[in-house]
Amino acid sequence: MDKLVVLIGGITLIAFIGWWFFGKHQSAAVDAQVTEKQQRARVSVDGGYTPSTLILKKGIPAQITFNRKDPSNCLEQVVFEDFGINQFLPQGQDQIIDIDTSKAGEFNYACGMNMFHGKVVVK
Amino acid sequence: MSYKNRFVFSLVVSLPLLVEMFLAPFGYHIPGGDWGEFLLATAVMLVSAGPFVRSAWAAFKHHHANMDTLVAIGTSTAYLYSIYAMLNHQAVFYESAALVVTLILLGQVFEERMKHSANGAVKKLLDLQAKDAEVLRDGKLVMLPLDQVVMGDVIRVKPGQKVAVDGVITEGKSTLDESMVTGESMPVEKSVGDAVIGSTMNNTGTFMFKVNKLGKDTLLSQIVEMVKKAQTSHAPIEKMVDKISNIFVPTVLITSIITFMAWYVFFGATVGQALIFMVAVLIIACPCALGIATPTALMVGTGRSAKLGILIKNGEALEAANKVKTVVFDKTGTITVGKPKVTDVIGDERMVLSVAASLEKSSEHPLASAILERAESNDLSFVEATDFQAIEGKGVQAMVDGKLAFVGNDKLLQDHKLGPQLKDRMTALQTEAKTVVIVGLDDQIIGLIAIQDAPKQSSMNAIAQLKQRGLRTVMLTGDNKLVAEAIAKQVGIDDVIADVLPGDKADHVKDLQENGPVAFVGDGINDAPALTTADVGIAMGSGTDIAIESGGIVLVKNNLEDVVQALALSEKTFSRIKMNLFWAFIYNALGIPIAAGVFATLGLTLSPELAGLGMALSSLSVVANSLLLNKVKLTSNAKERVVA
Repeated sequence: MDKLVVLIGGITLIAFIGWWFFGKHQSAAVDAQVTEKQQRARVSVDGGYTPSTLILKKGIPAQITFNRKDPSNCLEQVVFEDFGINQFLPQGQDQIIDIDTSKAGEFNYACGMNMFHGKVVVK
Repeated sequence: MSYKNRFVFSLVVSLPLLVEMFLAPFGYHIPGGDWGEFLLATAVMLVSAGPFVRSAWAAFKHHHANMDTLVAIGTSTAYLYSIYAMLNHQAVFYESAALVVTLILLGQVFEERMKHSANGAVKKLLDLQAKDAEVLRDGKLVMLPLDQVVMGDVIRVKPGQKVAVDGVITEGKSTLDESMVTGESMPVEKSVGDAVIGSTMNNTGTFMFKVNKLGKDTLLSQIVEMVKKAQTSHAPIEKMVDKISNIFVPTVLITSIITFMAWYVFFGATVGQALIFMVAVLIIACPCALGIATPTALMVGTGRSAKLGILIKNGEALEAANKVKTVVFDKTGTITVGKPKVTDVIGDERMVLSVAASLEKSSEHPLASAILERAESNDLSFVEATDFQAIEGKGVQAMVDGKLAFVGNDKLLQDHKLGPQLKDRMTALQTEAKTVVIVGLDDQIIGLIAIQDAPKQSSMNAIAQLKQRGLRTVMLTGDNKLVAEAIAKQVGIDDVIADVLPGDKADHVKDLQENGPVAFVGDGINDAPALTTADVGIAMGSGTDIAIESGGIVLVKNNLEDVVQALALSEKTFSRIKMNLFWAFIYNALGIPIAAGVFATLGLTLSPELAGLGMALSSLSVVANSLLLNKVKLTSNAKERVVA
């Protein structure tokens, strides 16, 4: 009886893991706050990037403030491959990163090991 | 709390548990027995393992899982089960939970340190910058901080001082040590009119120079920018790794559940025994080793090459350079010095030179400047030419003194006849590796000008070394076949493709690509398409900005031997990446089945503590392997300066 319960429980757990991690889960894109000369946005780093997609306007200098709450060193760096940015994020502090918005496009960023991903869309 | 503090705390607290593990057979037990162990393990779990749990939960909410997930679930399972077992008077394994946390934190502390040293190249480059400069303002020399220096300022540099920014010498001369920026190990002599590079060291003399580049336009800043981009770039080989790491942790979670079910349900193990196998699987699996295999090697490799004056722009160029079979060189400025000199003038020297000079006056072709130089040294006055017209691929024509004059290469002979005597002279000059320019006036060829561009000293060595590496070398040039072959013979190049029109270089590169990946080495504006077409474009640093833009690798020193170095470094870096990936995969491929107890019948199992040690060691070995790239020997005559 115990074994049957373990078997059913285990299979249910496996199914849940598969659905939770491999299923499609959408997150909303967020626009940056835009003034005439500046646009700003905040990204909270805690088990991932929130919001994971930021929308910036082309041609207006942009600053993204990263704040890492997560103690894990998995997320201690943020890497924008297209801009050559590899910035250390001190835990619990704001870290401002300037983004070049002169070109439109989608620019992916990731943690130092390329496991957590975020995206900046310039348009 | 930092990783280090968490490690120290858990080390101190779990020490009694470790002692008990070894001394239990001799009858030693922690005061308080199971309850004593419970208190110690609880402290470790709360203080040192707490952040793992917190991160794992945060990631879980984002549908993510990482190393923290594995550590958190693994250690919590061991800890929570032990509480249950303690209350039911069964065997506990608090020490496993505490020791695993300690060992993994130990690995993290070391990894953190080593990652910082892998990251040092850019910081060292930035540290080179001078902080202030002696600037001429209102006729007086004043010491100003660097940010107050503006374009056009004149700066004085005394012996032993650093050149603050880029500029051109206006007064005085000196020798400079440029090794920190260009990698050139010999001091370079400079005098009025020569360019100086910011952050280089002035050795012997005092000189004044006029600022022409500031801030992020200086060579050093551009190098730093390029290295930064290279270090954050990804090699194509990583795509596969990324695919695996995306599903890695959830797959391990599923594997661990299967392990538990298999042992408990099918092999009749107790809950405790089955849990130990499950925890070992969770702990041994290390996504970190996979994740850092490529970035750390790329970082160390591109950092080291930057010190040598070789800028590898990204992981893609590095991976491609490693597969190259053929190296194609542009001739002028790449194999040769790029400063042609007139050696012979056939015909009436004054007449021939003055016609040629009139036509070439506004041209920027290197051959034109050679002719002008010679004309000026002969004090020739040249006549104004009008109605310029380019003769496609052949030369130029214009009206001089009411007569049609023309200057160009031997393709002009399709339209004009050359006497037998001149023809012989021309062939003779060409076999001496001299480019011959034909000068004509009023439909008649009036003379020839022979121009020679000597090969660089480094060319012969470089090509010999490339051949030693088993590479085919090809020279691609717009020059005449005889001249090209003569130069090729001097430097030892295998094949020559001559008489190539500027627009066709890229097509020839494409043809060569059919026999395997091609590297193209060039510097001119007309080389840009070929640099982009080739699998790896290697731009000479003396080259134009556009060539540097198009190249995947930039050689700051303009020394052809650096082509060999660049290929050697790429190969070494790439083989480190492959080695790292191999170890990371093998480690997981072997470690997980062993931990799951697949080989238990052979007596081969893995306790969670050993699994924790394995996880720590696996990422450490990867970082250490990458750092060793700094020590690897490149070529026999590599001149490398150690930047302190």
